[in-house]
Amino acid sequence: MSQDNLRFITPHIKLEFKIDEKDFFIAGESASRVKKTLQQVGLPQDIIKKVAIIIYEAAMNVSIHGNHGMLRIYIDPEAILIETEDKGAGIPDIELAMQEGYSTASYEVREMGFGAGMGLPNIKQCSDELHIDSKVDVGTTLLAKVYLNKKHSLGNRG
Amino acid sequence: MIRYFHSVRLDEEKCKGCTNCIKRCPMEAIRVHDGKATIMEERCIDCGECIRSCPNHAKFAITDALEKLNDYKYKIALPAPSFFGQFKNQEHIEDILHSFLKLGFDEVFEVALAAEIIGFIVHKQLMADKVKKPLLSSACPAVLRLIQIKFPELLKQCAPVLTPMEVAARLAKEEAVKKTGISYEEIGAFFISPCPAKVTEMKYPMSTKHSAVNGVIGANLIYRDVIKQISKLNGKNKQTNLQKATNLGMAWGFVTGESKNIDFGRALAVSGIHNVISLLEEIERGELQDVDFLELQACTGGCIGGPLNVTNLFVGRVRLRDLIKRFGSKTPYFDEKTLYEICGQGNFEASEPFEPRFLMPLDEDVAQALIKMERLDRITSDLPGLDCGACGSPSCRALAEDVIRGLAFETDCVIKLREKVKTLAEEILDLARIVPPVMSDNPKNK
Repeated sequence: MSQDNLRFITPHIKLEFKIDEKDFFIAGESASRVKKTLQQVGLPQDIIKKVAIIIYEAAMNVSIHGNHGMLRIYIDPEAILIETEDKGAGIPDIELAMQEGYSTASYEVREMGFGAGMGLPNIKQCSDELHIDSKVDVGTTLLAKVYLNKKHSLGNRG
Repeated sequence: MIRYFHSVRLDEEKCKGCTNCIKRCPMEAIRVHDGKATIMEERCIDCGECIRSCPNHAKFAITDALEKLNDYKYKIALPAPSFFGQFKNQEHIEDILHSFLKLGFDEVFEVALAAEIIGFIVHKQLMADKVKKPLLSSACPAVLRLIQIKFPELLKQCAPVLTPMEVAARLAKEEAVKKTGISYEEIGAFFISPCPAKVTEMKYPMSTKHSAVNGVIGANLIYRDVIKQISKLNGKNKQTNLQKATNLGMAWGFVTGESKNIDFGRALAVSGIHNVISLLEEIERGELQDVDFLELQACTGGCIGGPLNVTNLFVGRVRLRDLIKRFGSKTPYFDEKTLYEICGQGNFEASEPFEPRFLMPLDEDVAQALIKMERLDRITSDLPGLDCGACGSPSCRALAEDVIRGLAFETDCVIKLREKVKTLAEEILDLARIVPPVMSDNPKNK
């Protein structure tokens, strides 16, 4: 799935959060804000849980590795798209970063209990589609999609 | 709409329509309309935060009066562990227990003893490794109802056991039947409660179909009577031998007591409803996998901080600790063999699964709900963002939600209303300046 295809979502709701470097609170805050919104919309619990995990982990990645950046969430009747964009270190080897336990987080960050190398694997597990675009020393864009309807998540969309 | 029973109620006479409670309610379940607070039933978890925060004491819990004892032939008092921390003069546990017999009860059974049994069962559940970890405590009915509404995904992680109150009632009644031959129905078990959530748990229990508890008497209601009885005893009580619970059970009265009793692996103890919420958010994201058991208490400090207790929670905690140190017993009433016997057939495990309680979404149809949510966002961004509560809703966003749900108007916001009045005034002024065509504003013509 190309990035453009993923991005194509008619947004009914767009939520936006600015992520500052080493801001370890915004990840949790944005995840619970979005969770509340999705509960009010009346979406199923398992979907809400997946989205909350993706938001938390992706926002954490931005505040740990990405210097600073943006988190955007688009919600339409078919799917939820989570996007993070940062101007940080970039990921040299995405395949490697996808492996459980692989981490480049600093000692300081690990001391705080973060950076265990579970972020990207967790995001992958929770999203129906995932696309990461990264350039070393330029930045990373992450797009993760969760379908509201189980049929779509099987990947056979026309 | 489904009606929910709630023990937390409003005394309309006393309510001044201030906004203290709406700001403190963790569920955003209170609104002030027409100068009076109203509790939204589907959202309330009976935690009692509003009872604590109301300066006019307009929020109260419906508990039973002592007269209800008359409905039963044989009456049993079930005092909560925290009750023993309420007394100033370090009364002996035995004296406190004895005073219940003077107050018209035929028997007294410590809930602390039942708590030890639950501690034993939960320990076994954790040992058997059949439960998902971290296992969450289900002892606090307010927390369990919070999970039911806000964290339904975590219900399957809640310890499938009865509450200590329930276990105490069942054990005490069975014992009484054996001892007296009076039929089960004629025996009344009364919980002496630090909190309103226990009343709800008795009427509509979550872990069982019917509760064996027949009444809940607020600790605040019976406190004076107990003190009077104790002073009458004047330290001369030597005849009774009522105390059966050990230090472990008594310590359930304050936070950490439960996890110490369960004594398995790594435990984390949290108290205060807002702290509990933020911790559950972490658990829901799959954090804290290295924790085995989570003790969760809605009241700061645990049950000792319950809204129906009379003593300041920090004072109460010290008193309870001292009491345990001085008069506590270390010899368990039930040995392990007996414990295995009484818990044998899954007796005190939850017979009903914990079911989620879903709040009404903005719309039944997701697409419609999203459109409404978009409107909600727009209204929110139009509001001043002061979260002052003067409109009667707890925050600007909550007001926006109420507008969408048709429960409020944007102009309920005092700032919005002012803006509107200003625009209106300007329009009126503009109109007033218009000179009728037959008149001239040239002063020479006058």
